[in-house]
Amino acid sequence: MKRIALLGMPNTGKSTLFNRISGASARVGNWPGITVDLMSAKILMGGHIAELIDLPGIYDLHGFSDDEQVVRHFLANNALDLVIILLNSAQIDRQLSLVLQIKKLNLPCVLALNMSDEAKRAGITIDAHSLEQALQMPVIEISAKYGDGLPKALQAASNILNQVQQKPSPNTIRQLLEEDNQIEHEMERLIQQHVQIPTSLSNNATDTLDKILLHKWLGLPLFFLAMFLLFQFIFTAGKPLQDGLAWALDWLRTDVLEIAFASTPAWFHGLMLDGIYNGIATVAAFVPIIVLFFLVMAIVEDSGYLSRAAFLMDALMAKMGLDGRGFVMMLMGFGCNVPALMGTRVMRSRAMRLLTMLVIPFSLCSARLQVFIFMIAALFTAQQAPLILFGLYLISFITMFMTALLFQRQYKSVEPFILELPPYRLPTAKQILLRGWLEVKHFLNRATKFIVIGVVLVWLMTNFPSNVAPASAGTYAGQVGLLFAPILDPIGINQELAIALIFGFVAKEIVVGALAVIYGMQGDALMAQMATQIDWVQAISFMLFTLIYTPCLSTIATLNSESKSSAFMWLSIAWSLGLAWLVSFVFYQSARMLGF
Amino acid sequence: MQLLSQLESGQSGIILAIEAEESLFHRLSALGFRVGKPLSLIRRANFNGPLHVRLGSTDIVLRIADAMRIQVNTR
Repeated sequence: MKRIALLGMPNTGKSTLFNRISGASARVGNWPGITVDLMSAKILMGGHIAELIDLPGIYDLHGFSDDEQVVRHFLANNALDLVIILLNSAQIDRQLSLVLQIKKLNLPCVLALNMSDEAKRAGITIDAHSLEQALQMPVIEISAKYGDGLPKALQAASNILNQVQQKPSPNTIRQLLEEDNQIEHEMERLIQQHVQIPTSLSNNATDTLDKILLHKWLGLPLFFLAMFLLFQFIFTAGKPLQDGLAWALDWLRTDVLEIAFASTPAWFHGLMLDGIYNGIATVAAFVPIIVLFFLVMAIVEDSGYLSRAAFLMDALMAKMGLDGRGFVMMLMGFGCNVPALMGTRVMRSRAMRLLTMLVIPFSLCSARLQVFIFMIAALFTAQQAPLILFGLYLISFITMFMTALLFQRQYKSVEPFILELPPYRLPTAKQILLRGWLEVKHFLNRATKFIVIGVVLVWLMTNFPSNVAPASAGTYAGQVGLLFAPILDPIGINQELAIALIFGFVAKEIVVGALAVIYGMQGDALMAQMATQIDWVQAISFMLFTLIYTPCLSTIATLNSESKSSAFMWLSIAWSLGLAWLVSFVFYQSARMLGF
Repeated sequence: MQLLSQLESGQSGIILAIEAEESLFHRLSALGFRVGKPLSLIRRANFNGPLHVRLGSTDIVLRIADAMRIQVNTR
């Protein structure tokens, strides 16, 4: 009895073909060398009774899946007279490898090209005749579903069975498979140890995903939803990390450093703890958020979605001289400006990158939000609060767009906006973690010195001369506040608020704490005190100024290190201070003119 | 003859000519835009946004202004 195996990749219609040829005679049987059951059927072919075996669908004869081992063991233990290989014509470019692997074993083969109708619809034309000569085996186009071409294929199979020919014994096949296997094993080992390959989705999956994610009307809402979820993730996961870090830094200060420096002179104690240690703590506070931000960025970027976001947002952004990727960074800036600035590195054009970096510091980051929530709680009712907060977010967006529009001529990008849309890929964990770590290292290297010096300077200004109370009007900071009174009075900012703004230069997180020191009280008492000291017009003017002027020392340090230009850093500082003053001035003076 | 920027979604054609200054020309050819190559327009972004073009197995996004430099012969 002749033995014929049916072999092909999964989902090529192999079972359909098997059922069509075998009719109702199929049975489940055991085979030497393998542990799973295979379907087989006795059929009449070319005057012989032949047994047709349906082998499991495999991608690769040398693969490591269970099914691939089953096929190998079957071939190495059972003599075959013929192999019918079934391919999906629409994917012939990919599937032909399996044919060549079988051909290498010198087994007599017939190649059946299934789904030729689908291939034709996809515009794929296969010259079966010339392919037949190149492969030296019959090549027949069939439709397993409808039976087209099947008689021709069976005829070709019968012809082969009727030829008296040399066929390899299972032992020879076993040797061939083993030799090839060693190469495959060697290759697998090398790849696993030395190469990282992200899992890439097939083009079909990419096309389907694109149909949804780049949809004319769904694309943008989905983009905003994705951004919102990522944002939520960064800050939900970041909060406990930041709290934990803050707790650890606090513990180190009170339980270790305070004791260690207890006997040192007051100025030295202050310099070490309030100056240098606070500076280091400020730097450290950014670490969790930078790691998380870049974990998410690595996913967005390596998955191929960043280029898609650029496609969706480009129409709007192009009008401001920016591109779609810049918008993703602008949105990220609403969490924290520092990693958003670092993220602009994906832009290849320096001009566009600088313009984006000039815009990002105006996004209302989570640290500024803390200040606003405190001020709003102190001076406004619960009904007014959401409106005021919404207004601040709106102004944040307006200042960003305005800045881009004003400066787009100075930072005109000459590079064309042409991006490749890669297929969607799942980034590997190692890739993501490595990215987060590298970015943190980069930030620490570049920004630590700058931030520590800045914090020490502010400490000096708010604690000296030493004969006055810290952060009071008598300190250097108070004197600077007084010096700037002619500028700050027209925007309703008094000397106390001016000192708070000087603190805010370091980080917005410490503004509320600074107000507590300045007024010498905390919590509700501080809120009540502030409500008697300033009115709502002053409060809004203060918030506008806080929103628009330089976000923090870390942002400045990052601007400096990322642009590698101190001139650019100074431009950013000057522009944001100037704009902050102008906006506050216009608001404060018009409100006063209207009689508020 | 049509400009790439004038194609409808789903339409395909063959590149006839690329008339661009050197930097754009180089960038385009690096991404596979060469005379004689077939391409198809997959989709257009809303509000006159960029085009999503497929060249062989590569998908590319480019702006209308740049697509206007590419002449295609539609089939």
